[in-house]
Amino acid sequence: MDFDFSDDAKALRDQARKFLDERAGPKVARAVMDGGDRAPLWREVVDLGWPAARVPEGHGGVGMSSEAACVLAEETGRSLAPVPLMQSLLATEALLTLGSAAQQARWLPGIADGSIVAVTGWAEGGAASPAVANARVSGGTVRGSKSPVADAAAAHLAIISATGDDGIQLYLVDLTGPGVEVAPVATLDLVRAHSIVTLTDAPADPLGSPGSYHDWLDRAAVLSAFEALGTATAAMDMAVAYAKERVAFGQKIGRYQGVKHKCADMFIKLELARGHALHAAWAMESGAPELRQAAAAARVASLDALAFCAEENVQIHGGIGYTWDSDCQFYYRRNRALVAALGSRTFWAERLVRSLEQRNAVAA
Amino acid sequence: MDFNDTTDDAAYRATARTWLAANAGEYRDPPTVPYSRDEFVRRSRSWQKAKHAAGYTGITWPKSMGGQGLSPMHSIVFSQEQSRYHTPTSLFDIGLGMCIPTVFTHGQPDAVARYVAPALAGDEVWCQLFSEPAAGSDLAGIRTKAVKDGDDWVIDGQKVWTTNAHLSDFGIIVTRTDPSAPKHKGLTMFIVDMHAPGVEARPLKQMSGGSDFNEVFFTGVRVADSHRLGAVGDGWKVALTTLMHERLAVGGKPSHAPGYATLMALAASIDTDTGPAMAQRDVRQRIAASYIADEGIKLTQMRALSALAKGQVPGPEQSISKVVVAKTMQDMAAFAMDLSEAGGFVTTGTDPDLARLQGSYMASAGLRIAGGTDEILRNIIAERVLGLPGDLRPDKDLPFNASVAA
Repeated sequence: MDFDFSDDAKALRDQARKFLDERAGPKVARAVMDGGDRAPLWREVVDLGWPAARVPEGHGGVGMSSEAACVLAEETGRSLAPVPLMQSLLATEALLTLGSAAQQARWLPGIADGSIVAVTGWAEGGAASPAVANARVSGGTVRGSKSPVADAAAAHLAIISATGDDGIQLYLVDLTGPGVEVAPVATLDLVRAHSIVTLTDAPADPLGSPGSYHDWLDRAAVLSAFEALGTATAAMDMAVAYAKERVAFGQKIGRYQGVKHKCADMFIKLELARGHALHAAWAMESGAPELRQAAAAARVASLDALAFCAEENVQIHGGIGYTWDSDCQFYYRRNRALVAALGSRTFWAERLVRSLEQRNAVAA
Repeated sequence: MDFNDTTDDAAYRATARTWLAANAGEYRDPPTVPYSRDEFVRRSRSWQKAKHAAGYTGITWPKSMGGQGLSPMHSIVFSQEQSRYHTPTSLFDIGLGMCIPTVFTHGQPDAVARYVAPALAGDEVWCQLFSEPAAGSDLAGIRTKAVKDGDDWVIDGQKVWTTNAHLSDFGIIVTRTDPSAPKHKGLTMFIVDMHAPGVEARPLKQMSGGSDFNEVFFTGVRVADSHRLGAVGDGWKVALTTLMHERLAVGGKPSHAPGYATLMALAASIDTDTGPAMAQRDVRQRIAASYIADEGIKLTQMRALSALAKGQVPGPEQSISKVVVAKTMQDMAAFAMDLSEAGGFVTTGTDPDLARLQGSYMASAGLRIAGGTDEILRNIIAERVLGLPGDLRPDKDLPFNASVAA
């Protein structure tokens, strides 16, 4: 038994962590929030070859396994890095899993060399889940609007959900083409930029089929679970560091069980989430039939851990944690961004139970 | 990533599976009526003897101790295979999992020669005499004293929460031999004969109605110095060896305890006033939460196994297991009873799932305390894993007999 990432994936993770510890983190997040330029860091990330990690060698990439995408997602989450890497990973996974040879040849080389920034988007600003899209495709063009879409402002390609004649599925939309309007939309996350993408008869190239849409959602859930795990871990680390240093009533606050037990609960939720995320990563890479169930569980467990760590990190910091100048807000706000990015805990918990019911029905 | 056994583990598993199929057939299903005490002891001994004869006892112990000298993975593989059956093993879990490893690590050569083999063969049952009425989580606060008298020690005091004391032949006991030393420094451990004059085990009736534990009284009980475990005053260190083994032994969900699947089965049979229970969002969300906890702990254990398989030692991270398992059992059972309304309260019903959930509700209250309370385990996680400072212990460096507790 070897229930852990491969040495290759671990080496990539260590490289990413080392680089992002230096070049990203809350300080950089704050600079971007205050109007700093995102582009230089993204160029460095492209030079390091991370958007190319998953792209096959034939398309100019490195051809690593999906474990590479998982570790990059986690490190992006941990460092709050203001780059469109998460979106790039999600889009790449969609092209790899569902794309035709022609679609892969058209888009993957550009994603690998950084000349194309690709994003994904399913939300339409309202209360609908990822299982629903009001954007309509007919006659090869799409009409509707997607919002919020992370990192769309500088993107060239959007992979969106829309409803065609046979139901909901993914489509490729060239954002530099006709019928596309991208405008900023304000969200609770002040670091990751989001847009509203309005599509008025924009050409839409079907990616996969209605049947395979949910396969992509599973894979997206696995990657998003690792991102949430990374962000939650950083929030826990911040809380624990403060509890070791802050003194109240003559001793470090980390001595009080009211504080240390909160920290222990953060660790407990993170360990459960990490187990589920690794299981889902295994199911994704090996094509195991448990993927639907494992991905949903990973998504739910990681959102549980993230909400708890982000909220209690502010609480452990007390008044200083509630100030604008404290870094607590970045994790607290990012929590909401990651929920909005792929459907809430409620949606994924329901999906988990439905897959358990289906499994039981098959077994019966 | 690979969830499969190595070739070696797979071969061991196949052999064990074949052996179990040939020898554990009568334990394929749980007993229809619980065993009487004598029947439980008889079956436990006979199962232990059968395993001993086949080489499935002391799997990780050194060969010099009569063990098999194999890896922790082999032991886990056998336990996994054995857990497919309802074999009676609990009589020997504590003795072989905790007491005897302490004996062969810290015992004097004559004691090792005398006690290890009969225990492994299922001829003698052991118990662990640690907790006291005034020393539970704060184990180093024990008051049972041992006083040197010639070549012997004389033990007086009371132990509590002793599993299987009434069925045991021997026990390992922590005593205070120097009340003027700080609490952790004045302790010494011994092997004690549970049939010796002055030892009295009284079953303790639990809140659940069951009697798994005892209180044990020691009045002028004589123990030879050759039965001392470790040096005089080193009892705390020796006890930590025992507890380290406990950490490996206790943890996962009790086998055959109800889980998320039980809740699903129960919910499928219930109609609420807003429709079938399985169609209610709160029910479905609760099933998901139980699944996350139940399966999450299994996956955490697989990560620990994976570390073991690579020759690493699983860390105190494993402390999360019981914290999650016990409270999840309690919450899930409470939710299931809520869902069953008054029917969840009546114990004469015919739904076997509901009966198991009621049992789990009663048992979980004890599980949250046994083998380290939820609170102590959270301290361990916070202090040993996250590196937070320890609780203030005002009595730590005081002579025991000068501290508030004494």
